[in-house]
Amino acid sequence: MNSKKIYLDHGATTKVNDEVLKEMIPWFSENYGNPSSIYSLGRKSKDAIENARQIVADALHSKQSEIYFTSCGTESNNWALKGICYAYKKKGNHIISTNIEHHAVLNTLKYLEKQGFEVTYVPVEKNGIVSVEKIKKAIRKDTILISVMYANNEIGTIQPIKEIGELAKEFDILFHTDAIQVAGTIDIDVSDLNVDLLSISAHKFYGPKGVGALFVRRGVRIDNLLHGGAQEKTRRAATENIANIVGLAKALQMAVKNLEKYNKHIKKLRDLAIKLIMEQIPETIINGDMNNRLPGNINFSFRYIEGEGLLLFLDMNQIFASSGSACTSGSLDPSHVLLAIGLPHEIAHGSLRLTFGWDNNEEDVYIVVNELKEIVKRLREMSPLYNK
Amino acid sequence: MYTEKVMDHFSHPRNVGELKNYNAVGEVGNAKCGDIMRIYLRIEDDIIKDVSFKTFGCGAAIATSSIATELIKNKHVDVALELTNKAVIEALDGLPPAKIHCSVLAEEAVKEAIADYKKKQGIIIETHSQCDDCCRD
Ligand SMILES: Cc1ncc(COP(=O)(O)O)c(C=O)c1O
Ligand code: FES
Repeated sequence: MNSKKIYLDHGATTKVNDEVLKEMIPWFSENYGNPSSIYSLGRKSKDAIENARQIVADALHSKQSEIYFTSCGTESNNWALKGICYAYKKKGNHIISTNIEHHAVLNTLKYLEKQGFEVTYVPVEKNGIVSVEKIKKAIRKDTILISVMYANNEIGTIQPIKEIGELAKEFDILFHTDAIQVAGTIDIDVSDLNVDLLSISAHKFYGPKGVGALFVRRGVRIDNLLHGGAQEKTRRAATENIANIVGLAKALQMAVKNLEKYNKHIKKLRDLAIKLIMEQIPETIINGDMNNRLPGNINFSFRYIEGEGLLLFLDMNQIFASSGSACTSGSLDPSHVLLAIGLPHEIAHGSLRLTFGWDNNEEDVYIVVNELKEIVKRLREMSPLYNK
Repeated sequence: MYTEKVMDHFSHPRNVGELKNYNAVGEVGNAKCGDIMRIYLRIEDDIIKDVSFKTFGCGAAIATSSIATELIKNKHVDVALELTNKAVIEALDGLPPAKIHCSVLAEEAVKEAIADYKKKQGIIIETHSQCDDCCRD
């Protein structure tokens, strides 16, 4: 029985980096001034926010004035979609997206449909990647927005954002991407990508939870989600969460600086896990594309078993991972992403996502594979679908 | 999320596997919903002498199967037929609301297996084994 805690769920969240935390602390108790106040204590807070904004702008290759801080990735996505739809509804009411978006996008789109907007959900291909050609075919005269995630949170597939960006530009349609799984792992250049709006969230790159940012290209109109004071150039009211904003910027800055090293580290561990698991656990399927994929993500389906039992046994062995199984999501349907890439229900139920990070090492991989091998065997022996 | 009892039965399931020389078997659920339960019985003179299960499903599905086998072992088939999902839940010290259907599945699997035995004696009893989209809203 393994007793060392092994965290393999960096796609869900990451721990706050020590240096990041250290930079955040003074903004709770020492420098607590309201950034809108004119005295020095307030100005200090204001300066910290503007400094953070510059850091984020540098990281995304945007202008400082194009970065807005939000309370989470979910808010960034909500704001981008609702804000654009309401600002441009006179121009049209059609949105194009995909069928593998995060619920923060999907459920916002469902809401917008109830408000009278029309949404085309372009289905992805079997490898989990959307066809640019199919997006092109979905474009209508009244299309005002395309929203496609940069990389998928479950199967890690990286979408052809640059090509979609060019398409959007050609047809004069605004383009939003949810880059929440990507920021801190892949270099993001908003001009190169031709995106008009881009969402990020700090807790995916060793920053704090509850803070995100939205890039909004200059000249793009966007309605407010939060009305009130004049913060964020009147576009998002609320006294700023200075510590979290400072933390987001510091974490992103560090991530960008260590991008190459991080990629190498997580990819090496991920590839080792794939090799060992495919060698040692029969009837295992890898979900998603192997080339266009986040370096730290792998998603398996182990046939004949159900994912929740897998996670529970892993948990008993201090191994923390996630699954696309219905039973872990509170609904009875397995992950919409796994169904979208054409997995039959019973195979989608037996999925396991491992997402690697800084705190993992090779020893962890060997431990996990050994435990996993035993667990899968045990669950298969209990399964009426398994006849061996 | 789960009680200690559920975790105990999930991690140390009782009577798991295919029973040797069973004379009745019942299966409910379907893989699409994420749950299949199969119960094997060896019945002598209307007494369930031995019982085992195989389950494809979540932790709660494995735990409800396991406890159900314990609850009916050495019982008269007519007593076992009266097993309710409520009794299964109570024996496990409770289940989360989203997992109640797993206890229903356990009750139905037991009924289905006993119905198989009765059928061989020419007695037809009503069961609810057909997937009727019970899991969906
Ligand atoms: C792709 C994607 N979009 C949106 C979110 C939501 O971000 P947050 O948890 O910061 O609201 C997440 C993470 O949970 C994600 O992975
Ligand atoms: S067993 Fe099929 S829907 Fe419940």
